[in-house]
Amino acid sequence: MENPQKTEVVLLACGSFNPVTNMHLRLFELARDHMNATGKYRVIKGIISPVGDAYKKKGLISAHHRVIMAQLATQTSSWVEVDTWESLQKEWVETAKVLRHHQEKLEARGCEQQDSPVLERPGRKRKWAEQRSELNQKKTLEPQRKDVPEVKLLCGADLLESFGVPNLWKREDIANIVGDYGLVCVTRAGNDAQRFIYESDVLWRHQANIHLVNEWITNDISSTKIRRALRRSQSIRYLVPDLVQEYIEKHNLYSAESEERNVGVILAPLQRNTAATNSRTTTA
Amino acid sequence: MVRLALQTSDWIRVDPWESEQAQWTETVKVLRHHHSELLRYLPQEEGRGQGRAVSPAPAAVPELKLLCGADILKTFQTPNLWKDEHIQEIVEKFGLVCVGRAGHDLKGYISDSPILQRCQHNILLVREPVQNDISSTYIRRALGHGQSVKYLLPDTVIAYIKDHNLYSTGSSCKGNSAQNSEGEAS
Repeated sequence: MENPQKTEVVLLACGSFNPVTNMHLRLFELARDHMNATGKYRVIKGIISPVGDAYKKKGLISAHHRVIMAQLATQTSSWVEVDTWESLQKEWVETAKVLRHHQEKLEARGCEQQDSPVLERPGRKRKWAEQRSELNQKKTLEPQRKDVPEVKLLCGADLLESFGVPNLWKREDIANIVGDYGLVCVTRAGNDAQRFIYESDVLWRHQANIHLVNEWITNDISSTKIRRALRRSQSIRYLVPDLVQEYIEKHNLYSAESEERNVGVILAPLQRNTAATNSRTTTA
Repeated sequence: MVRLALQTSDWIRVDPWESEQAQWTETVKVLRHHHSELLRYLPQEEGRGQGRAVSPAPAAVPELKLLCGADILKTFQTPNLWKDEHIQEIVEKFGLVCVGRAGHDLKGYISDSPILQRCQHNILLVREPVQNDISSTYIRRALGHGQSVKYLLPDTVIAYIKDHNLYSTGSSCKGNSAQNSEGEAS
């Protein structure tokens, strides 16, 4: 029986995954080792949630392929999986909403498991009814059960620092993400990340909920560099899982043309947050 | 482990000759061995007439070059580690393909060594466009700490290490008994 004091954690990584690389996969491993080693947490699942096409980032190829590559990449993982909910939404979804979606899913599943114990024999129906009323009483007494795993946003330092980019994030979303969920941030430059947290009031307030994980070895495998290497016919072997490399090659996914996608188009969050700001000022 | 790692490569292979020698073999001797192997197994272009020696045109012989990381180039400076005439033969007769590594100044190492400077044309410096500092030292340390090395090594190699319980804390290591398994040796 697991130590009941430990909080179960689900690590959620949002991003383009254009394509997924060994660096992305390493983030999960580093984060899990770190969180488990604190003795306070037990990481039970990792989720890769590729962003939808409506994000409109330059060079973003179709979610269909990005999802498949992420699935190929996690084939040999016993605990990291791909979730397609975000990628299937027609409009771009704020990260805070994705976190909420997954947290609510976990809570719903937690309730399901408690409410419907397996009926073994017809004769046990009475005992089941007794159990159920017991559980219902328990639920009202303990609104913040530690039984439901906590979803935390897994990211690199670049995402943390992107909180500072004007109009990229809603202020209330940042507060929501670090306040209600939590951040697990894998970074090589721990000092820079700490300074960034120090210089931000909202991050500082929730620093207990921001877990900085040290990445001791430089791992510069960014998707941008992968796409550049592919355009230059350079090998990406050993930078992405073999299955991903083969899939990219087979479908010729990345080229000078694909890199031109969404050129001149404003990134969805910038568009949405700028429009919101504008409408606030005009109605004022 | 190398063989497992190369299972999916269609052009890189493992050669056990050096590892099977009873004595330590200087690198230049390994190069000489593989060079002669290359010559021996060249495709025969001329007719195999009896008694007629087949001498391939120079262009047909592949050049054998030593592939290494920047850290190896640095070790040329360590006193008594390499014989000067060996460095000369390696760089002059064969050639070096040297991949850059963080914290190493390749051009500096070359300019610091007269032998290397003289044979610069035979040294190809490969800039690593995607910096990736995975080192075996790091891997061994992570394994000793019980940390994950997934996606740093091929899965087949990780499975092999686990099956044979290699690199766990306190596992025996050859060499100086005063060194512990988490010592400074790289």
